Amino acid sequence: MSTVVETHDHEGHHGPAKGLTRWLFTTNHKDIGTLYLWLSFTMLFVGGAMAMVIRAELFQPGLQIVQPEFFNQMTTNHGLIMVFGVIMPAFVGFANWMIPMQIGAPDMALPRLNNLSFWLLPMAFGILVSTLFMPEGGPNFGWTFYAPLSTTYAPSTVNFFIFSVHIMGISSILGSINIITTIFNMRAPGMTLMKMPLFVWGWLITAYLLIAVMPVLAGVVTMMLMDINFGTSFFNAAGGGDPVLFQHVFWFFGHPEVYIMILPAFGIVSHIIETFSRKPIFGYSSMVYAMASIAILSFVVWAHHMFTVGMPLAGELFFMYATMLIAIPTGVKVFNWVATMFRGSISFETPMLFAIAFVALFTIGGFSGLMLAIVPADFQYHDTYFVVAHFHYVLVPGSLFALIAGAYYWLPKWTGNMYDETLGKLHFWLTFISVNITFFPMHFVGLAGMPRRYPDYALQFADFNMLISMGAFLFGVTQLLFLFIVIKTIRGGKKATSEVWEGTRDLGLEWTLDSPPPHHTFTVQPQVK
Amino acid sequence: MSDQPYHIPESSKLPFAMAVTLLVLIIGAANTVIDLGTDSNSYLILFLAFAMMWTTMFFWFRQVIHENQAGLNNPMLKDSYVYGMAWFIFSEVMFFFAFFFALAYIRNFAVPWLGGEGEKGITNMLWPGFEATWPLMMTPDQAIFEGPKEDMSLNTAYSHGGLAGVLGWLPLWNTIFLLTSSLTVHIAHLGLKNGNRTQFNVWLGMTLVLGYLFVIFQGLEYYEAYSHMGLTLNTGIYGTTFFMLTGFHGFHVCLGAIILTVMLLRSLNGHFTADDHFGFEAGSWYWHFVDVVWVCLVAFVYVM
Repeated sequence: MSTVVETHDHEGHHGPAKGLTRWLFTTNHKDIGTLYLWLSFTMLFVGGAMAMVIRAELFQPGLQIVQPEFFNQMTTNHGLIMVFGVIMPAFVGFANWMIPMQIGAPDMALPRLNNLSFWLLPMAFGILVSTLFMPEGGPNFGWTFYAPLSTTYAPSTVNFFIFSVHIMGISSILGSINIITTIFNMRAPGMTLMKMPLFVWGWLITAYLLIAVMPVLAGVVTMMLMDINFGTSFFNAAGGGDPVLFQHVFWFFGHPEVYIMILPAFGIVSHIIETFSRKPIFGYSSMVYAMASIAILSFVVWAHHMFTVGMPLAGELFFMYATMLIAIPTGVKVFNWVATMFRGSISFETPMLFAIAFVALFTIGGFSGLMLAIVPADFQYHDTYFVVAHFHYVLVPGSLFALIAGAYYWLPKWTGNMYDETLGKLHFWLTFISVNITFFPMHFVGLAGMPRRYPDYALQFADFNMLISMGAFLFGVTQLLFLFIVIKTIRGGKKATSEVWEGTRDLGLEWTLDSPPPHHTFTVQPQVK
Repeated sequence: MSDQPYHIPESSKLPFAMAVTLLVLIIGAANTVIDLGTDSNSYLILFLAFAMMWTTMFFWFRQVIHENQAGLNNPMLKDSYVYGMAWFIFSEVMFFFAFFFALAYIRNFAVPWLGGEGEKGITNMLWPGFEATWPLMMTPDQAIFEGPKEDMSLNTAYSHGGLAGVLGWLPLWNTIFLLTSSLTVHIAHLGLKNGNRTQFNVWLGMTLVLGYLFVIFQGLEYYEAYSHMGLTLNTGIYGTTFFMLTGFHGFHVCLGAIILTVMLLRSLNGHFTADDHFGFEAGSWYWHFVDVVWVCLVAFVYVM
């Protein structure tokens, strides 16, 4: 920690405050980034514990450990926490730490708003998790909360769920407004848009998506609230409404949300691959256009989540073809990453291992996505474990691997200490093996017809499920090793240089700063040539 | 960066206070809706949260204004507020989009299918004999959602009273009020930019009168709907979409009117200069935004 100098001037030379109030009242982008990352890490273990309950129950056929009602609460809250409480806040944490450092700004544009964006999240998740301890139990209708399960047939605690989603939405919108404002307004002189680091580009597009779709999510939960408590009939056909309307509005939010959880990951992985290949990223501008194309397409593909709900044929065809179009920009990105590595002098430090695994395994998730996009095939795959395998492949070895890779990559910059490379590699291999044991067999049981979201299954799925559960337990335990490595790095270790990795000085402004960087990142903005 | 550094505020208690406020707010709101119809006073938590919210916002905005008056805000920081407000309004646009989207889906797909039309017309078997109309006066299941007796559309106003009916149609007057108020707030802005403080205060005052008239007429319309037309939130999807769209719009008009009222009070206290008045400008942007939403409402809810 740097020494505390309380000067209370407005020149920005003072250090952080002491004690707890430093974290409660902070306006510093690094402190707030740290808070986001620790919240996300904590929620990873909370949501992970729920996954362990699910896998323990599914270890064998029959009901052993939990009742179906509680199992439903576990699947629902596992999904909600992992999406809104782990992946999204972790990326916002990275944005807070890295965007001002990468664009040469002193801090985020609106620092007090930044603090509010963070502190809303513990409030929202405190409320959400507390519903599990209420007499009626927590949300039990799946993380997609389809009406009428989430309206007519929901426990009364759904009201707490609705309001906590509102708060998460406010947090995301305010955070995104801050990020967009920072990127548009605070870039160092000379840093044109097409000179911005790809992580910043990824977040600029992500923030735009968030501001566009989080209000729609707020709208749909508000419609639920009205249907439940005030007698409206948005999702009730008896009054002329339609439960399918819920799915349309939800997935209008939900599909861009999927890309919200991957675009910043694309940015992180791009930086890591160029660093450890010792080559600048191949096809920078095509990377930017690919991300923009993915974002635009994400608004016109939502109904591919609901092919089996009963849509006119023209709708099925439109959403099928639009969905397949996304493979093109995504393919551009994958090929660019591979081309960056081609003939590079690659070294395999832990961040690079996770990044390469990201490219390979995310591509598997992309391919199963293409399979699901085919309407007649989707009629078979819908709501099976194949879907579970698909989205876990893009979210765990996809988004989560990118986050872990980014943490190893920038942790020396943040803390000033190098992490333990041996332990890092051990963490990688255990994670890589266990993640595949967990999620790959899900493809098989899914194709064989095992439906998702049930606490029990037919006997022929028993062997694969036991294997999946063992993989999941190994994956869960391995992340405790990650926690240990992070704490060990914060507490000490080999001192990191400001460059940290070989040859990074030309790759981004963050590597021109000390490790750890000063309290106010850039008091004088650097010139970018 | 310009000569003057970008002002990074010192650590502040206000955002954390706001986060706690919203925590109290959702606890109060959730308990209030769960206890609806019972003899409970959980709504008091909600009132407490509103008091906390107004207090926090008062101190927060006061601090922002003081910082600007103290000359701490360099041009770059002022731009940050401009970007922030613009993107906030975009988020509001998307919130309304969700409800217009719902209306479009209901009118073009859900209701016609229930009535037996179109590719999914087979859903008519749920309530055989149900006929799709818009406005939907007869709901599929009249026992659960009794349809409204009358609707709020321009057609109905005309068919009941001819031209006189149209002249007595409240949305017509509200359209006039709101469109005029967008003009008056613009004239007020011109006055401020030209250094004519009287012009600013008078025309802003007129904007507020028009805004409050709008709110009063909207209230009258709701009173009519509930007491004479049998049109309530519980009368099926027409009442649902009508009240939710106009209700959220009316709520935003109230917010806009409060913002502009504060701006008038600030002006009377000598705030704003000809070239530094973004607080007012943001409020006027918001006002134009609610005006545009109203035009869409008139088109899609009242006329078409």
